[in-house]
Order: sequence, then C-alpha cells, then structure tokens
Amino acid sequence: MQPDRTPLLSVENLEVHFPIRSGVFQRQVGAVKAVDGVSFSLQRGETLSLVGESGCGKSTTGLALMGLVKPTGGRVQFDGQEIRGFNRAALKSYRRRMQIVFQDPFSSLNPRQRVKDIIRAPLDIHKVGTPAERETRVAELMERVGLRPDQADNFAHQFSGGQRQRIGIARALALNPDVIVCDEPVSALDVSVQAQILNLLSDLQRDLGVSYLSISHDLGVVEFISHRVAVMYLGKIVEIAPKTRIFAEPGHPYTELLMRSAPSRDPRKRHSFSATNDDIPSATKKPSGCPFHTRCPLVTAVCKTTEPALTAREGARWLPVTTAELLS
Amino acid sequence: MSEMNTATHVPVLQVSDLDIEIRGVNGAFAVVSDMSFSVRAGETLCIVGESGCGKSMTALSLLRLLPDAATIAGGKVLIDGQDFLAMNQRQVEDFRGEKIAMIFQEPLSALNPVLRIGEQIAESVRQHRKCNRREADARAVDVLRLVQMPDPERRATQFPHELSGGMRQRAMIALALACDPKIIIADEPTTALDVTIQAQILGLISDLQKRLGTAQILITHDLGVVSEVADRVIVMYAGRKVEEASIYDLFDRPFHPYTIGLMGAVPGAGASSEAGDRLADIPGTVPPLWNLPKGCAFAPRCANASARCLEERPPFEEKRPGHWAACWEHDDAA
Repeated sequence: MQPDRTPLLSVENLEVHFPIRSGVFQRQVGAVKAVDGVSFSLQRGETLSLVGESGCGKSTTGLALMGLVKPTGGRVQFDGQEIRGFNRAALKSYRRRMQIVFQDPFSSLNPRQRVKDIIRAPLDIHKVGTPAERETRVAELMERVGLRPDQADNFAHQFSGGQRQRIGIARALALNPDVIVCDEPVSALDVSVQAQILNLLSDLQRDLGVSYLSISHDLGVVEFISHRVAVMYLGKIVEIAPKTRIFAEPGHPYTELLMRSAPSRDPRKRHSFSATNDDIPSATKKPSGCPFHTRCPLVTAVCKTTEPALTAREGARWLPVTTAELLS
Repeated sequence: MSEMNTATHVPVLQVSDLDIEIRGVNGAFAVVSDMSFSVRAGETLCIVGESGCGKSMTALSLLRLLPDAATIAGGKVLIDGQDFLAMNQRQVEDFRGEKIAMIFQEPLSALNPVLRIGEQIAESVRQHRKCNRREADARAVDVLRLVQMPDPERRATQFPHELSGGMRQRAMIALALACDPKIIIADEPTTALDVTIQAQILGLISDLQKRLGTAQILITHDLGVVSEVADRVIVMYAGRKVEEASIYDLFDRPFHPYTIGLMGAVPGAGASSEAGDRLADIPGTVPPLWNLPKGCAFAPRCANASARCLEERPPFEEKRPGHWAACWEHDDAA
C-alpha cells in the first residue's frame, strides 16, 4: 500500500517525565525522563516500529499516545486535529480511532468475562449499533481474526496464548480504528504461534489499511512487520529511517550495536561476542551530552557535553548530528 | 584445569529412557517420555522446543529439583558414572553444586534477595569445601572476577536488587561455577535479558566453557541462541525428542517437519522481507499433554502427515549418519 502524504498521526517533542519524590514532605527531587522529546509521524496504512531495549521509553510512548499515562509535554496531532490536554472527552472520540493490543494476553483480558463480552465492550462504550448489530459484529470480528464464532461464550482462560492474542486483536478492531498501537504483541508467544499472529497483523493491514505503531525489542519481528523503524535509547529517538535502509546500513552506533548483538542464524557465522560487562545507564541518572556516549565506540569530547539533535541526512534518514560534525 | 579442555569421549552425564509424570486431577500423564542423551566434557548440548515440550522439566530432573506434582517415573541418570536417581537426599545435596549446577532464567527470583552476592556464593563454597569463612569469601570474589563482574570486591558486598539485569546473571553464573562443577545446566539463561546484554552473556558462557571445559546443557526456545553456542542439538515436541543432530547437520539439513517449521517461522531469518510478506507459520497449536493424539504428536499440524502418522508413533531412529529423527518420512537424498 502506498501511504498518502499527510500524516495520520504526528507527534512533536512528546515528553513523559515521572517525578521522583523524597523526604517527609515528598518534595520532588528529580524526574525519570522516560520519554524525553520524541517526534515522529505515522502515515495511513503504514507500520512504524519503535525499537529499543528495556527502559528506552518505547512502551511509555505508546501508552502516552493512548492517554494511558499523561504526557508532560509535547504535541500530538491526529488527522490534523490536536489532542488537547488528554482529558476524558478529548480521549473518548480519539480512542475510537486509536486502539491498542497489549503484550501479555494473559493479563490484558478479564478471565471472568466471556469472549463475546470482551470483544463487544468497545461497541457498548461508544454506543455503536443496536444489540443485534453488535452481536453480528462480534461474530464477524471473531471470524476475521481466525476464531470460531461458536467459541463466543467461552471464557478467556479457556484459550491458548495465541488465541487470546487474537481476542485482543478482535477487541482492538471492533471500532474500525485507523491506528493500532501494538505493544510487543508476540513477545509472549511461542515461535510457531508468533508467526501466525504476525501473519494475521499483516493480512489485516493489507485488507483494512490500518496503521500500526509497533513496539518491539525483537529485530526479527521489526524487520518483518515495519515500513519504517525508529530506534530509541534512554527516552530519545537516535535514528529513524525506512526499514530497508536501517537494516542494510545502520547509521547510529547504537543501531549498529543492536544489529551486531542479534544472534546469528547461521552456526558457521558465529559472532565473537565480547563478554565484557557494558550496561545500559538508568533513565534516572542519564549521562550528560549524548545519552549513548558511555557505550559509544566513536565517542569524542564533545559527545560528553553537547546533546546532538536529530537531523535528516541522505534524504529520509534522521540521525543525531553533533556540533563537531556540523563544523567539519 | 587445562587438561580438561579437550573433549573426552567418556560422557560426564548420561541420561537413558527418562520418563517424568505429573499427577493431575484426572490421573497422571507423561510430560517427558523416553528422553535419552549424553554430554561430554567441553561439549554444549542445546535442548530446544516451545513451551510445554518438556525441556525445562528435563533440566530440573537432572538436579532432582522437580516440583512436587512431578515425579521421575523411570529411566536412569548417570553423573560421572554414578547413579544420581538412586541417591539419597544427602548424597544429592553433595552432588549439586559440586558436580552439576544450574543457571536459572530469572536471576532476580533465583538469587536470595536478602543475602549479599558474596555471601550467597561463599555459602555454597562452604557447603562443599572444607574451608573457613575468609577462604570462602575470597573464592566468591575470585569467581565474580572469573565472570568479569566489574569491581568484584564491591559487588560481592551488594544485594541482588542493587545490580543490573546483566550483572545479576553474571552473579548467577558465578554462583553456579563456585565449586567447579563438571556439568552446567542453563535454563533460558538469556531470555530475560536485552539483546545487547544477551550478547555479552552468550560471549561469557562460551568464553568460560573454553577455559574451564565444563559440559553444558542449554535449554532454550531461541534458535538464534542455539546457532551461536551449540555443538549438538535436541529438538523436543510434546515431551519427546523429535530430532537430534550436530549443529551443522541440523541447520544445513533439518529432517523433522517440526524443526523445518520452526526454522521457517522465525521472522527476519531469510533475506530482508517486504512488509506484506507472510511467514511460514505452523498451523494449529501444541496438543495438551494429557490428551495427546494416538500416532505422531505432530501429525495434526504436519503438512506431510499420512494415515500411518495418525495411527502409529514413529520410532526415533538414525536417518543419516549421526542425525536422528522420529518421523515416518524417509530420507530420499540419503
């Protein structure tokens, strides 16, 4: 599908800072900058993957866009309209068009509810159609995601992990959303079932033209599902580019490290991984300057003091450029 | 220790016809059946499969750490020539740590949260070695240094929650290595870790094995990890071995349709895929162990299944030299 030009979703300088409180009076002594100035756009029918390791802010970004955690700064525009304040009323109409599929199909579905009630819930909340129409829609959705409509009266706990994730996807599809945030939708599943769900997501996009904001740590999944990829590190996007480019020639040293760390698929081409301990700094004590400078093989003096800004290089690829590079 | 570096031909661990059962509400059912394998010093055997295939149960049984509901219903486990299953509790405790040790998946739940890292290691050393507290503490710092823990003297005085995920896994490995065991069993040692940290731990595991010459059994669901570290691979499905081969034979020419299916289902395995492509998924799900199909357990999901596959369970036999599989299919190429 060829995406059209106006972005469906556009995010500018999104910030989610959590206060750190301490002492008797619970005064704020600092902040965890979980998401620290993230900007990107998403086109119709497109899949953008946010990839990075634990604590990089990829999931918080997804939750903030759903209004499930409140952003502390930045602007979000959906289909040209700004989502102001993330209050209940603004969110309700926006959520009709923006849905989420969670990582863990065991904790994100109510085990005491019947499948038909789980899938019908969004229709009830938004008062879509008559009860009979809702019933038909539920059956249609179940079929669409590969569940047998005669299982509608079963409880979520009677299903396997893969089937539960199908239920979660059916629920997300109920209101015909334009965007689905997929927060690690397959990382809790076995490989053979994971492939079924990835195929389903890909079929749904082809047939319905839905956009995905996919959140993943698995480079294999990212490579399969994405059109574009944004690599995050400690609350920032360090590189954003079309998938084929980012995998063929990673631009940022962190992207390169990620790619190099993925296990080989060929026992004859084993990596000689370094056994040296090299940890990700925590988001509470973020390094000065470029957040990656403590692990970067190309570190220079300027990296430790000045934070590089994202700049487009070679057309569509966005990478941070330090002052030193700008001068040279 | 250098004389142990070359793999000898005498296996340090030999498992034959191991059966493990779980007592359920509706009677007992088998979770592991007819497991046989052996590992030699300096060798890494990977047991790979999906959830419920019996790989972790197999691992736990090798330390006699099975949960209460599970029992070893038959078979033999020889560790260094001695019958491990016939031992009493006291002998088992002597063996654990000294001969065979385990690295668990989740170091945060496997380590004691209220005991300093150094004390946990020293405790295990004092259990097995005649030594005083100071010598045990010194040994703890030594093994922490061995696993390349940064600043080992200080880390030894810290609690597990004060360490990062990667460092906790290093501490876990140090704990396993404290008494120079001959066999290390690692159950998904990198599954809970981020990819860059996983790379460091895999690097460490292969590095240590080269230096110490231990026999290793690595349990994993990740074929990428297998391809990085294994010498030999066993693929399990629904409690049984379905294929066993050297790493190259398995990756070059997998025999069993399940192995072939697993390899095809891993995204990003082939050339750069286009969005909109499909993965070769395996239809259906793993059958419940208490209600296995009559013939081959994989037959209901297998594209090549014949009438015989649904009726009779295929024997585990040598299909090509050194390459075993349980499948009625014959090797046309051989």
